[in-house]
Amino acid sequence: MHLDHSHEGPAAVGADALRPDGRRRALRVGLGGPVGSGKTATVAALCRTLRERHSLAVVTNDIYTREDAEFLLREAVLPPERIQAVETGACPHTAIRDDISANLEAVEDLEDAVGPLDLILVESGGDNLTATFSRGLVDAQIFVIDVAGGDDIPRKGGPGVTTADLLVINKTDLAPYVGSDLGRMARDAKEQRGELPVLFTSLKGQDGVAPVADWVRARLAAWTA
Amino acid sequence: MAGAQAGRAALLVLADGRFPAGGHAHSGGAEQAVRAGRIRDAHDLAEYCRGRLHTAGLTAAALAAAAAGGLDPLELDAAADARTPSPALRATARRLGRQLMRAARATWPGPELTALATALPRGAHQPVVLGLTARSAALTPEDAAYCALYEAVSGPATATVRLLGLDPFEATAVLARLAPELDEAAARATARAARAAHEGTDVLPAAAGPLLDIAAEAHAAWPVRLFAS
Amino acid sequence: MSVRATARIVATRAGLPVLAGEGPLAVRRTRAEGPGSRVTVIGAMSAPLGGDRLAVEVAVREGARLTVDSAAATVALPGRRDGAEGPAHYDIRLTVADDARLNWLPQQLISAYRSELRMRTRVELAATARLVLREEQVLGRHGEPPGTLLSRLTVHRAGRPLLDQESAYGPGAPGGWDGGAVLGGYRAAGQLLCVAPGFDERPVEARMLGSTAVLTPLAGPGFLVTAVAPDALRLRRVLDGVLDRVLNGVPDGVRDERGNDVPDEALDAYR
Repeated sequence: MHLDHSHEGPAAVGADALRPDGRRRALRVGLGGPVGSGKTATVAALCRTLRERHSLAVVTNDIYTREDAEFLLREAVLPPERIQAVETGACPHTAIRDDISANLEAVEDLEDAVGPLDLILVESGGDNLTATFSRGLVDAQIFVIDVAGGDDIPRKGGPGVTTADLLVINKTDLAPYVGSDLGRMARDAKEQRGELPVLFTSLKGQDGVAPVADWVRARLAAWTA
Repeated sequence: MAGAQAGRAALLVLADGRFPAGGHAHSGGAEQAVRAGRIRDAHDLAEYCRGRLHTAGLTAAALAAAAAGGLDPLELDAAADARTPSPALRATARRLGRQLMRAARATWPGPELTALATALPRGAHQPVVLGLTARSAALTPEDAAYCALYEAVSGPATATVRLLGLDPFEATAVLARLAPELDEAAARATARAARAAHEGTDVLPAAAGPLLDIAAEAHAAWPVRLFAS
Repeated sequence: MSVRATARIVATRAGLPVLAGEGPLAVRRTRAEGPGSRVTVIGAMSAPLGGDRLAVEVAVREGARLTVDSAAATVALPGRRDGAEGPAHYDIRLTVADDARLNWLPQQLISAYRSELRMRTRVELAATARLVLREEQVLGRHGEPPGTLLSRLTVHRAGRPLLDQESAYGPGAPGGWDGGAVLGGYRAAGQLLCVAPGFDERPVEARMLGSTAVLTPLAGPGFLVTAVAPDALRLRRVLDGVLDRVLNGVPDGVRDERGNDVPDEALDAYR
């Protein structure tokens, strides 16, 4: 819906599909979800899987800055110049939803510095179930929860679970240990989300992120079509 | 009817703390001041805000008023550089300027905003962009000065609520009690900006707080922090 | 009776064609430690009273080198009629031509109880001029509350603004001057400014000099040390660390907050 208009001059509005130089900007995918559900691990795994074929960058929004960015640096999933941290003033919701200025700036700086880019992953700070990304910042969003956080989370709903373009239910390998009922989670998610997709992952497993990576690839194909 | 009240609604939009121009991630030096023990309670916050109002706030307000009055934004940007010896604060001012520019061009687009964004794509000093935004919204130089001054004190007050768990009613009362001084500073800033139109940017105030500059550099060196400045 | 007096100093490669004091402003040629001339402003400079208007005008012509210092601290005092005369004014105008150098290193300015002084320093630098300027303000003589001290330093280089800083301390200043954004209870504040064309290519890096002082590169070719301290002595110690390095290349001049030497060859661009 944003593709049919573009503002004059540099960086007019975040959602514009074209860069000031007329080239199409990168697809921007947000990853949100509660603390400890595996957002950063998912970002790391996506980077490892997609970096061979696509030009990637990551923006992190820690509550305390740099923790996640430094994890990604330590894991060496991308060169440091492709990872940027944004300070959120103790309000991670605000930075990805209400006032996306600093994130948009980070995204543009990355495209200027290491572009052209195919994909930018924007990771939110760990938060509760109400955090969602502004459509002015990302083109699609993934909400990551995990089985250990309680199998009633899909039933509880909330904007992240209900409206994210993809719901990832992570750490399925832990389900037997924490007594989570995956079938119930799937049914509740379907109830909340209708036709929107849900994926179960275990990043511990061999290529555990593959279904998420496939979903991102499909998004990329649609974006560049 | 139009007249003195015209533009009041636009002023509310621009001055709203929820105006999406990046300010929420900045503490106006309060994060460092809290760590250094210079802000511990509502009294310290009041003195901090009062000092910031009459130094960095006044300087920013006059720059904003001058930009709203139609002075050359590039000349004002150079004047802002000279008034900002701290590179951390220069970088912050340009970042916030760039972020405000985006919001301004979405809300009150105009050729002057586009021209400045094109001349300084990495961002002009925020007060200059603020003044030009006010101008684009058909607000007055005095309106621009008010916005700059209010930002100068509301940023630290909001941040202190988050950092110290300060009672939000107390913090807001601090701001309310500063209102008469803010009125006075707005009048001074506006008068100087009007003079600058004829006498050049040197007559704009250059009030500075040494601890603001020192603390900004100390804060920029923290490896982990909540606020960007 | 209020005093009006102006001292004038002109330095050229050949010497000091103009060296003229007036009234309480006496200027003497003193022995320079390095190349160029040195002028010392003698004691009487030390007491602007309410209503006085003092001025010092210095011009350093092309290629010349000049150091100006003072024999004693300047003490701003209340007027003879205790404020009825209005504030004292002290105006300093410094002009430095191409390839010329000025070291402006006066002693401290002390704002005595009930005094009111407005200090104005204007500096015009040519594109290749070099400048070292120190400014120290001490609020109150030992153990007394401060007077009112308003001061502004404006520096232009090649006709463009390089640095503009205004301070206002004491009972006649706007509120908040002693709060956490401005002085935070400290009673001495100072700046050391250094400008030289070499800083264009090799800008210094910003760094803390202890917890209440910082060295920062300006948006033009120069740097500024901004410092506050409990007293004049401790302020001077911080500024001297940088000054020694800049003027004399003393290798252990600049120290970080732990007292360790911070070698920085970028500071040598002045020499």
